[in-house]
Amino acid sequence: MEYSSKYLEKAVEEISGLPGIGKKTALRLALHLLREEESATQHLAQSLLDLKEKVKHCKSCGNISDSQLCDICAHPGRQKDLVCIVEDIRDVMAIENTGQYKGIYHVLGGLISPMDGIGPNDLNIEMLVNKVAEGQIHELIFGLSTTMEGETTAFYLFKRLADFKGKLSAIARGIAVGDQLEYADEVTLARSIVNRVPYEKSIEQNS
Amino acid sequence: MFLKELHLQNFKSWSQAHFTFSPKLNAFVGLNGAGKTNLLDAIHYLSLTKSYFSNTDAQNILDGADFFSIDGTFHRKEKEERIHCALKKGQKKTLRKNKKEYEKLADHIGQYPSVVISPYDRDLITESSETRRRFMDTVLSQGHSQYLFHLMRYNKALQQRNRLLKYFAANHTFDALSLEALEVQMQEHAEPLYAMRQSFCDELQPKITYYYQFISLGREEASLTYKSQLHETRLRDLLQENLTKDKVNQYTGVGPHRDDLIFKLQEKSVRKFGSQGQQKSFLIALKLAQYDFIQKKLGITPILLLDDIFDKLDEDRVAKLIKLVHDEEFGQIFITDTHPERTRAMVREIDPQAQIFNVSEAS
Repeated sequence: MEYSSKYLEKAVEEISGLPGIGKKTALRLALHLLREEESATQHLAQSLLDLKEKVKHCKSCGNISDSQLCDICAHPGRQKDLVCIVEDIRDVMAIENTGQYKGIYHVLGGLISPMDGIGPNDLNIEMLVNKVAEGQIHELIFGLSTTMEGETTAFYLFKRLADFKGKLSAIARGIAVGDQLEYADEVTLARSIVNRVPYEKSIEQNS
Repeated sequence: MFLKELHLQNFKSWSQAHFTFSPKLNAFVGLNGAGKTNLLDAIHYLSLTKSYFSNTDAQNILDGADFFSIDGTFHRKEKEERIHCALKKGQKKTLRKNKKEYEKLADHIGQYPSVVISPYDRDLITESSETRRRFMDTVLSQGHSQYLFHLMRYNKALQQRNRLLKYFAANHTFDALSLEALEVQMQEHAEPLYAMRQSFCDELQPKITYYYQFISLGREEASLTYKSQLHETRLRDLLQENLTKDKVNQYTGVGPHRDDLIFKLQEKSVRKFGSQGQQKSFLIALKLAQYDFIQKKLGITPILLLDDIFDKLDEDRVAKLIKLVHDEEFGQIFITDTHPERTRAMVREIDPQAQIFNVSEAS
């Protein structure tokens, strides 16, 4: 494509480098910025710079944070001996939204997948191993996706944490709440039958 | 379950066509190239959302057109159900049941099962083990919903392991724990795959013998054997034993992805020693056994699609075969043939209600 301005061309090139954005969308966004007030673009540019310069990773859990210690790890009301291992910040946000979890997290930053060039060394695993070695953790929860990569990563961690003396658990997998059985997919239903739970426990949860 | 009406647009050689079928026996007659097989393929498409013959969906669009659509009205469980499948160039295939689009194509598989018997089946004998595994996988995926899940998971873990072996070789490193984590996944999914394949072969074996003897009018014993490295050793031990080799080759040389099916007549390989007629009879027996398997597993009578059935079989055997599938517990049947008189004579004798379509006139 021929552009009438080399500045426009440069902007389109940069924007289209973002995931999910092609040349045409990039051009549309660039033209939009051109039409807008200059201050709007300045705010956008500044927030992007701040994002890159000021965001840190929590030294305790690896989550994205503005300070050395993220709000969750720094919160006095949080149970520090209960750690939920998740893939990334999106999972933290999802679990936080439930309001049901009072422990802290450990953010891996991905899952093991040789096809995508991600090995254990690319993940935030050493920090977890060290944290476990300190002996303050009573329970570790695998809050990982039930994909092949999630299961592989969980097994890898299970082996790496062989010395861990506390409780090791995984989030329950089964019929989604509010689902009708006949519409559940059969793999999930089969697992739910095999890993059924005592009824007393299920009443407690529902009340 | 049967197909009542079929409407095609721009599907393969057909620009436009409409048919109303008999619930039992239907025949398409016409010259070579008239488009008979393409009609069977359209029915197969409605059943499994893919062609039996061509590999890519776009190949099924009529030359010069930019979309195809297949519309079928099925009679199933006392109800009329409309299945609509369409593909527009450069877009995703859409599949609708009673005007409602499926969320997952996989939900459709197994609802309107069909079995094809075609001259192309000879690939099952002559080609590599991959063709036979694909046959086994297709049938088992229709019969067991869990099968496809385990197969996909196994294949993913296998790909990951191969990639890891390549990474080790390229970077001159090795990490036993990463490898083990993947092998545990492979083991977990290989076990059910192996068990389901074994019981599949056990179930098919007596039926193949029965159908082969019926078609060949002979006493020859046809057999099917499941060949797998997992018969003696579990996968994780196999992978351990083979690790040195795998590291050199940079791919996984053992596992259910190397399984095969062995076809034999009187303990002799069908591929090496079977005549063309014997091979053909064997394949028909195999497909009829598949038909029984699917019917039993799903509790739905599949549609039987017999393509060019007179190819390599004499008229007596064909008549016997058609009579068998017509009289026993088979459901709706479609056959294709190039000789109108031959087909008419045979079909009318077996079933006076049968529908015969002269395809060269229609197109």
